[in-house]
Amino acid sequence: MKYMMFVSTDATAEPYDAAEDNIVEWVQDVDARGVHLMGERLRPAEDATTVRMRKGELVVTDGPFTESKEWIAGFDIIDCRDLDEAIEIASKHPMARFGQIELRPFWPLELDGV
Amino acid sequence: MAPSQPDDAVARAVADAHREEWSRVVATLIRTTGDWDLAEEAVGEAFEKALRRWPADGIPTSPGGWLTTVARNHALDVLRRRTSEQSKYREVAIMRSLEGEADADVEPLAADDRLRLIFTCAHPALPLEARVALTLRTVAGLTTAEIARAFFVPEATMAQRLVRAKGKIRNAGIPYSTPSAEALPARLDGVLAVLYLVYNEGYGPSSGDAVLRVDLAAEAIRLTRLVVSLMPAESEARALLALMVLQHARRAARTRDGELVTLDEQDRALWNAAEVAEGLELLASAPGRGPYRVQAEIQAVHARAVDANATDWRRIADLYAEFARFSDSPFIALNHAISQGFADGPAIGLAELETLAASRRLEGYHLLPAAQAEFLTRAGREVDAAERYREAIALAPTTPERRHLERKLAGLPGAAGQNPTPV
Repeated sequence: MKYMMFVSTDATAEPYDAAEDNIVEWVQDVDARGVHLMGERLRPAEDATTVRMRKGELVVTDGPFTESKEWIAGFDIIDCRDLDEAIEIASKHPMARFGQIELRPFWPLELDGV
Repeated sequence: MAPSQPDDAVARAVADAHREEWSRVVATLIRTTGDWDLAEEAVGEAFEKALRRWPADGIPTSPGGWLTTVARNHALDVLRRRTSEQSKYREVAIMRSLEGEADADVEPLAADDRLRLIFTCAHPALPLEARVALTLRTVAGLTTAEIARAFFVPEATMAQRLVRAKGKIRNAGIPYSTPSAEALPARLDGVLAVLYLVYNEGYGPSSGDAVLRVDLAAEAIRLTRLVVSLMPAESEARALLALMVLQHARRAARTRDGELVTLDEQDRALWNAAEVAEGLELLASAPGRGPYRVQAEIQAVHARAVDANATDWRRIADLYAEFARFSDSPFIALNHAISQGFADGPAIGLAELETLAASRRLEGYHLLPAAQAEFLTRAGREVDAAERYREAIALAPTTPERRHLERKLAGLPGAAGQNPTPV
């Protein structure tokens, strides 16, 4: 199953400690296991741009679409056996400790009939 | 098989099979079909068929095997109908696995299947109330209507909760499996928490129609027994069973003429001696110092006291201090303060309770002023005690608890317990 891992900040998490950040080992591990399809770090919310079409008009605004203390700091796409394996993979990501991770299963569009 | 069974013997056999075999048959069907709804439907159909067929055919020597075969055949029929309507690869694959299993002996895997079922129902990715509902529906075999009544929610609400839970299992990829060795301790804690929640729901004073309400405490004990039998090496599961059994043993003494009777006033002759003995024996075979173990030991201290005055409160206070290390719940702090008061005298109890009251963590909870009233009475301060009882009465969440506190107030020596004369 494919899951999107939204890697987010979280004010309740322990403060970030660069010396304890094992992201390189994490990526090496998931790549070696063949469960990692892709992943990237994302620029912070202040660099976000939100796009809406309203009554046919394009509306472009500065910032993310939800105002919250937490912001998405990156993402990873994994393809693994089931939710338990996804939880295990996410739990070893450094941001599970310094932030939080949301797992969302892919919901493929069934376009066979089109 | 003995043909032509009397109807009541059949009804009993079906009820026994429902109690003992439901989870095993459902668990097997979920594994083979991968479809929770189909498994439930097929097992329901198998039990209905048993009611129709066993009177004429006789009760099978292995009711569980009979029910599994009938349920599997029903699932196959449903899948064949579905695939003839529109060919679906997935269902063809499931049918192959079901057909392949038709002659195989499923028994060796059955225990694993029930564990899979228990762990999946209590998966932390499901909302807590859904874990409880799913465990009662799928493992305990209660109907949706029974679960709805037990939790005082409309049946449609409960049905919706179960549909959503099964949807999440399917869509989020929650596996039908036991956890890895690495994840097991935390996941087992989750299973035990669901069982204890069910128990406590049944233990609390019911304000609903008791006749129509299933005995959740008894169901929780039955499910915990199953977990203990499937994982005999898990000490905390055993300790939880001990905890439940020791509390459950006191149920006949807990009410008198519909009124609540607290532990110190209970007639201990009414405690179920066999259950007390079982609880103590379970505890003796549950090593380790986990939170259920410590709570069960507290109940064991009560169980061993011949009367309330013989209670070893020093030991109970030590155990609450140990229990507080697992959780900073103010309810544990309250019990710790009360046991210290009984062990070391009302002055100590009042001081501890005052600290707790000052923290404001139990604001609005009736048992804090009730405990203060108890120690004030023991300290000879009846007027202050009466004031606290009135405070507790105003906060009491249920009628039996309010009436119990009113009796305590009325029982105060002197005129303290009388209502103040209106000016």
